[in-house]
Amino acid sequence: MIQVENLTKDYGARRAIDNLNFEAEKGEILGFLGPNGAGKTTTMRILTGYMPPTSGKARIAGFDVVDQSLEVRRRVGYVPETIPLYPDMGVYDYLKFMADLRHLSDAEDRVESVLEIVHMEERADGLIANLSKGMRQRVGLAQALLHDPEVLILDEPTIGLDPAQIREVRDLIQNLGKERTILLSTHILSEAQQVCDRVLIINKGRIVVEDTPEQLQSRLTGAQRFAVRVKEDGDGLEGLLRGVAGVTGIQQRPDGTLEIESLPGHDPRPDIARKIVGEGYDLLELKAIGLSLEDIFLELTREEPTPPEMRDGIENEADDKLESFEED
Amino acid sequence: MRNIWIITTREFKLYFTTPIAYMVSFIILLILGFLFYVNITAATFQQIAPGIGFILGPLVTLLLFGTPAITMRLIAEEQRMGTIELLLTAPVRDFELVVGKWLGGFLLMLTLLAVTWVFPIALNALVEPGIDQGPLVTGYLGLVMICASLVAIGVSVSAFFSNQIAAFFTTLGILLVLWLIGTPAQAAGAVGGSLLTYLDFGEHFYSTLYVGVIDVRDIVYYLSLTALALFIGTMAVETRRWR
Repeated sequence: MIQVENLTKDYGARRAIDNLNFEAEKGEILGFLGPNGAGKTTTMRILTGYMPPTSGKARIAGFDVVDQSLEVRRRVGYVPETIPLYPDMGVYDYLKFMADLRHLSDAEDRVESVLEIVHMEERADGLIANLSKGMRQRVGLAQALLHDPEVLILDEPTIGLDPAQIREVRDLIQNLGKERTILLSTHILSEAQQVCDRVLIINKGRIVVEDTPEQLQSRLTGAQRFAVRVKEDGDGLEGLLRGVAGVTGIQQRPDGTLEIESLPGHDPRPDIARKIVGEGYDLLELKAIGLSLEDIFLELTREEPTPPEMRDGIENEADDKLESFEED
Repeated sequence: MRNIWIITTREFKLYFTTPIAYMVSFIILLILGFLFYVNITAATFQQIAPGIGFILGPLVTLLLFGTPAITMRLIAEEQRMGTIELLLTAPVRDFELVVGKWLGGFLLMLTLLAVTWVFPIALNALVEPGIDQGPLVTGYLGLVMICASLVAIGVSVSAFFSNQIAAFFTTLGILLVLWLIGTPAQAAGAVGGSLLTYLDFGEHFYSTLYVGVIDVRDIVYYLSLTALALFIGTMAVETRRWR
């Protein structure tokens, strides 16, 4: 559905995106993850025909975004990050205007039905200026759904929303993603983990990593790690478990939990469980510990020495990370 | 074409929900009414028959100052609010956007011109046996042409800015230059002089349409000025994408 080849965009001397290559299939939710200023918005603006790339090609539904821009725009629904709306228009009037611009023959019906999808029917007559941030977000989304597009491009769709609204928007996106291709950008990592089928991590205009959230975790964890907890105290357990095949290291946490590291590709959990139970301990918990996307992300984006302005971005990331934990 | 009309109707309706159009119309009509009264009084004293020039003369000057206030927001506001991003990613061509905006502003100016018809009607009732209808018709034809080009220049300038005040003063500056460019014509020699006279905005109105003469060259002048301005405006929107 979306094909991007060697896409590059320069703003003057600054290279915003550098030789991007990726694809998205029909019915796929592709997450675009990166710190602020990584080039997410630039890429989306190129894909929606807002501005042309410096070099490289991008196609949506087989149409070139530069040469067949109008065809592309007919097939794409776009919600920009700032959700630009006309404050002095009513919600219904605004959606009707956008529907008319798309030459929808059943404009009124479509407006009604998108209002229903985003649960805004009761505010249809209100002025956009009087809407809360979350409601404006929904109007933005409604506008993008008017023509029932094959491709949805959402730039930071949950930014500035409260936790309940975030959940609502995420559910909506997952629902929409069943029959559409969705490209969504976010810098909240847990969001990508929850919503996306595949994640692209982009930093300083380059794709650092591309994979499913699950694969990303196991690929980047390298060695597998498990946590083991038993009832009462686990004295002597450490020495016992060192003898299990594949176990390479054991550490005791202050709370008594044992962290076990094993060889990659080798799952020693059944052996560990048998051993513990066999020796008469009461096993309470045995679980795999993955690196969270947060860890992966910070690791990846810190690989190269970061210039000062980027470092700021990453610190903000850390703040957002905390916030997103609280949300969940 | 349909896109142009959709954008036009939105713009036109929006003027009636914002104070600026009302303010501009109010001020223009107020000053026009005041001058009308003063001129009629003066004409009564001097025993001369007042003509349509009483209205047309000041009206052109007022339009010159009023139009930039009407046109300044047309594209600049979209750029400031970021709404241009949705328009430029909707299946709308850049020229449709610019022409639609122009037509919206132009229709508002036509509405304003229609309201000023109260003055010729009043004048016609006051003067025995009525005013000369020729200059009335050609004069208003000229005003329509003038509005078309003024609004086109305003839209075009608005496309270069995201700040409405900057758009206002730049438009006003350009209009004043066009208005005064013929003044140094006599000092500029034969070729330069006729060129300056040709470029002069008022010259195409006051020497012909104002006095009841229709000259195709004047119509062509205003229409080409409109087309040129709309073309430049479209280029401005297009180059925006490359910035």
